[in-house]
Amino acid sequence: MNPRLRWKTRAFAFIVVFSNAFGNLFLKWGMGHGAGIITPSPLSFLHAIFNPWVSLGILLLVLWLLSKMAFLSWADLTYVLPVTAFGYVVNALLGRFFLGEEVTPARWAGTLAIMAGVILVGLGNPNHVPQDTGEPRL
Amino acid sequence: MKAWLLLAVIIGATVTSDLLQSFEMKRHGEIHDFRPSGLRLVLATLARKRNMILAVVCMAVSFFAFLPLLQVADLSFAVPASAGSVVLETILARLILKERVDMRRWLGAALVACGVWLLAL
Repeated sequence: MNPRLRWKTRAFAFIVVFSNAFGNLFLKWGMGHGAGIITPSPLSFLHAIFNPWVSLGILLLVLWLLSKMAFLSWADLTYVLPVTAFGYVVNALLGRFFLGEEVTPARWAGTLAIMAGVILVGLGNPNHVPQDTGEPRL
Repeated sequence: MKAWLLLAVIIGATVTSDLLQSFEMKRHGEIHDFRPSGLRLVLATLARKRNMILAVVCMAVSFFAFLPLLQVADLSFAVPASAGSVVLETILARLILKERVDMRRWLGAALVACGVWLLAL
C-alpha cells in the first residue's frame, strides 16, 4: 500500500468509527431525554428528530454516511466492515462511561475479539483486483 | 419480541444498503478531490444513480427502525447486535460484488462476528 493511500485509509477509518459511535451516543441520549415515546405515528418520529441531541446525532450519522461512501470508493466492503467494526468497541465504552450501562465480562471478551479481527484485517490491503473477469452482478 | 423484529429490519436494510453503496462507489471510482467543489460534484453525480438512491432509502428504513430500538434496548446491545450483518455481508460481497476474500479477511470477519455475539450476550 502506498503511503498516501495508507494515510487516507487510516483517516477515513477514524472518521467513520467516531462519527458513528458519537452519533449513536447522542441518539440514545436524546431518545431518553425529551424525544418522547416513538409510536407508529409519523408525528412522534418528527418530534424525536427535532430533539437537539437527536439532531446532533443525525448530523454525525450524515457525516458517517458520506465518509463511508468515500471510503468504499477505494476500499473493498470486506475490508471496510471489519475495520470500522472497531466502532462497536467505542460504542460499548461510551455506553459504559457516559450512559452507565453495565459491561459484563462477556462484553469485554467481545471487545477484545473485535479488536483482534480489526487488527488482522487492517494489516492487509484495502482493495484487491477482482478474482475473475466478471462484472459485479447488481 | 419487538426488539428482535426491529433488529431483523435493521439488518436486512443495512445489508442491502451496504452492498448497493459499495457497488456504486466502485463504479464511480476512487475519490481524490476533497475540496468542497469536488465533493459537491461527487454528490451531484451520485444523487442521480438509481442504486445510490435505493441505498439511501434502505439506510433511512434502518435508521427509523433503530430509533424505537434505542428506546427498548441498551446502546451497548443495540449497536453490536445490529452488526450481526457482518458475516452475511462478507459472504454476499464475495458472491455478488466478486470481492476476493482471503483467509485473513475471513478470519477477521469471523473474529468480529464472535465479538459482536459476545457483546450482545
